[in-house]
Amino acid sequence: MTGKQAPGGYLVEARDVIRSFGQTQALRGAGLTVAAGEILAVMGPSGSGKSTLLHCLAGILTPDSGEIWFNGCRIDTLSETERSALRRDHFGFVFQFGQLVPELTAEENVALPLLLAGARRAQALAAARPWFGRLGLDGLEGRRSGELSGGEAQRVALARGLVTKPQVLFADEPTGSLDSLTGENVMNLLTVAARESRTTVILVTHEPRVAAYADREVIVRDGKVNSLIPAPGPAAAS
Amino acid sequence: MSVPLTLLGLLEREPSHGYDLKRDYDTYFGRGKPLPFGQVYATLGRLARDGKVIAGQAEPGAGPDRKRYVITEAGATEFETWLAEPVEPEPHLQTVLFAKVVLALMLGRNAGRYLDTQRAEHLRRMRELTDLKHSGNLIDAMLADHGLFHLEADLRWIDQTAARLDALAKVVRP
Repeated sequence: MTGKQAPGGYLVEARDVIRSFGQTQALRGAGLTVAAGEILAVMGPSGSGKSTLLHCLAGILTPDSGEIWFNGCRIDTLSETERSALRRDHFGFVFQFGQLVPELTAEENVALPLLLAGARRAQALAAARPWFGRLGLDGLEGRRSGELSGGEAQRVALARGLVTKPQVLFADEPTGSLDSLTGENVMNLLTVAARESRTTVILVTHEPRVAAYADREVIVRDGKVNSLIPAPGPAAAS
Repeated sequence: MSVPLTLLGLLEREPSHGYDLKRDYDTYFGRGKPLPFGQVYATLGRLARDGKVIAGQAEPGAGPDRKRYVITEAGATEFETWLAEPVEPEPHLQTVLFAKVVLALMLGRNAGRYLDTQRAEHLRRMRELTDLKHSGNLIDAMLADHGLFHLEADLRWIDQTAARLDALAKVVRP
């Protein structure tokens, strides 16, 4: 990973990103800056391009044109292998449906990113365990995903997203499959945990009550980002 | 809903008689509660006294009032300020939000930008209530929830309206 310093010195930045799927242009010159430690909500109607933007920022998709920067490095020009390593080492993910591995116990699911990164099994499970107390999941370590409620499964997925102590947690509609009280519980745990560990969070949601947990919001409309509140300067956020 | 500011907005479009103002007010903003003529003229009288409109000479013809009213610089400034600023977020705002959107479209202003500003203001208030919910007791949390659900309803309306501005513009600017 080489490259000049990210313009502005933000932790995550998208510059003039264009991304199409076939004939459909999902992003049409999207730009965004995120300061270290910020919790940012990315809002917008269905089909506005907000999930595509998240996938580009996380190095899952590469833009057709434009630039994606992370921590001073341009990441859209990296190889798939390098981006995969970047995601594993620096990013965490939570999706709408927890997407736990059904054959594994809750504890093994949480430990999975550490195991995939080469940690020894005992070491990975030891690192996973404290998350169960922290997220109100005590006693559920040995359950498989089919034996968990929706809220429990989503909290396990959140623990899995945070267990590697990522610099950035990407969350795509993390409460979308939950009822509102359970969803708020997950959002509260997510934001408290992220603030404690100074993890930057980029949260895609169409729900205002979920976005209200973030520090600020941007709106994606017609593939462009409308940001009324600017990101705090990197100095202020560090 | 502010009658004086709405009338100023209608006058910003073009100088008008009291009758025209009442007709347009009832069409767009009355919704089952027409503005009484007495209130139209009383309001215009106060606006004239405060230097926000000027009443022209009475024109010849039948009818109770044949004066044409023109907005002044002071009136236009007050109206523009009101139009651009977001409303303090609280439940049951739809009449004010709606009036601002319709007047902005009628006058060819950027209604989308107004809605964006209002959305940001609503979300700012929702963040305050969310903080209160997690720092206060259960009673605070339940009161905060009541506010949050109502503000969310407003926001859904704001989003739907933003998606329909082109169609609405055709209705209010025939």
